Amino acid sequence: MTEPIIKFDNVVKRFGSLTVLDHLDFEVNPGEMVTIIGPSGSGKSTVLRILMTLEPIQEGVVYVGGEPLWHEKKGDDFVPASEKHLRKMREQLGMVFQQFNLFPHMTVLRNLTEAPRQVLGLSKKDALERAEELLEMVGLTDQAKKYPHQLSGGQQQRVGIARALAMRPKIMLFDEPTSALDPELVGEVLKVIRSLADQHELTMLLVTHEMHFARQVSDRVCFFDKGRIEEQGPPEELFTNPKKPRTREFLKQVLDPDA
Amino acid sequence: MFFGYEWITDQGPLVFAWSILPILLTGMWITIKATVLGFIIALILGLVWAVLKAAPTPFISWPANVFTEFIRDTPLLVQLFFLYYVLPEYGLVLPAFLTGALALGLQYSAYTAEVYRAGIEAVARGQREAARALNISSSRTFTHIILPQSVPRIIPALGNYLVSIMKDVPVLSVVTVLEMLNVAKIIGDRTFQYLIPLSMVGAIYLIMTLIASAGVRLLDKNLPKRGIALK
Repeated sequence: MTEPIIKFDNVVKRFGSLTVLDHLDFEVNPGEMVTIIGPSGSGKSTVLRILMTLEPIQEGVVYVGGEPLWHEKKGDDFVPASEKHLRKMREQLGMVFQQFNLFPHMTVLRNLTEAPRQVLGLSKKDALERAEELLEMVGLTDQAKKYPHQLSGGQQQRVGIARALAMRPKIMLFDEPTSALDPELVGEVLKVIRSLADQHELTMLLVTHEMHFARQVSDRVCFFDKGRIEEQGPPEELFTNPKKPRTREFLKQVLDPDA
Repeated sequence: MFFGYEWITDQGPLVFAWSILPILLTGMWITIKATVLGFIIALILGLVWAVLKAAPTPFISWPANVFTEFIRDTPLLVQLFFLYYVLPEYGLVLPAFLTGALALGLQYSAYTAEVYRAGIEAVARGQREAARALNISSSRTFTHIILPQSVPRIIPALGNYLVSIMKDVPVLSVVTVLEMLNVAKIIGDRTFQYLIPLSMVGAIYLIMTLIASAGVRLLDKNLPKRGIALK
């Protein structure tokens, strides 16, 4: 049994009086592709944002690669993590945002080389080499000199994926990567995510409303409701034979909204 | 006789207007100097307030907020009188011109502080989050991600305040600064002709603000909307 690369241990996250994650236990194994589905407000994006250290937690412990993410060990005690610890932990994670969040004043190439050069200390030549490799992977070699606003949404999101990969993370977090896209552009982004999933080198966490895609590529699907995992399992099982009534109701709504 | 120029009152309005033009232009020059100096003070002080107001501890941000709110909610004239008549009682005597420019700069610094703050906050939160996710340091994020995107939003708003300051300079006449309106009034007092000098002040002001506004618009049009490009 391998040790999980991500582990949420009894995690509570609140926004004011609103409890978003309610004593959540959740594990992901190395190389696993896990999709999180659920109604809005169920806390699914929050899981990713906590992992990316964009949102702190109130209770419990999150482990990444066996080490506490939001805490540091001090003797036998856990104390809140310093920025230095967070920086070190963040190296393992990459994130793709719903709104892409590309740097609009930088060319595609600069978007991909900025962090590798400044944070990882890569030489200009190495960073460019890495960027060009990734652009080829996402099929955007000829767009390197353009600015994000000159690209379609689908192209921008592919740059977003390449930008995250340029930091060579072990874990990739996809926060509704296709929700802001026109329907005809969703496919090209999913294709890139699928090719990453097929390589099985990365651990991937995907929050999405694309149920068919989730069914095809995931090793496991987690249905979140009210800040907890209501049900989880292999995609075939969860989609064809959901056990919990809440899961059935949700799947019926998203898969067959007219019925 | 004023600033070394004679006015001619007995040869009709046109000759009178022509004869006082150099006097008014001398006043205009002082108006422009007061505007520019006041604007520079407003730019620098405003940045100071913006930084203090954004301080993580309320011990700094709270006084800064109260002070700028106070400045914004009290009339320029009150502040000007305060600086001009009260400070000397405590041994700080500044020339009228400097006092006036300082009062203008102080008043408008409360506004420019808001412009800076809004410009920085207007850069989408997603930009900060993306930078954080990529582990880019907070100082680098500020200088290379936030600032280049804020500047194009800040500059047009600041330009509008430049025009506002220019129009507020006549307030300085109450503390004896010989800016353009004060000069026109003195000409009127001495020649008993107010219509022509005051109309000329209005016309010159109109030309100055039109030029300044056009400049701001031109600048705005040529600013890179998405931020200062980094290749």
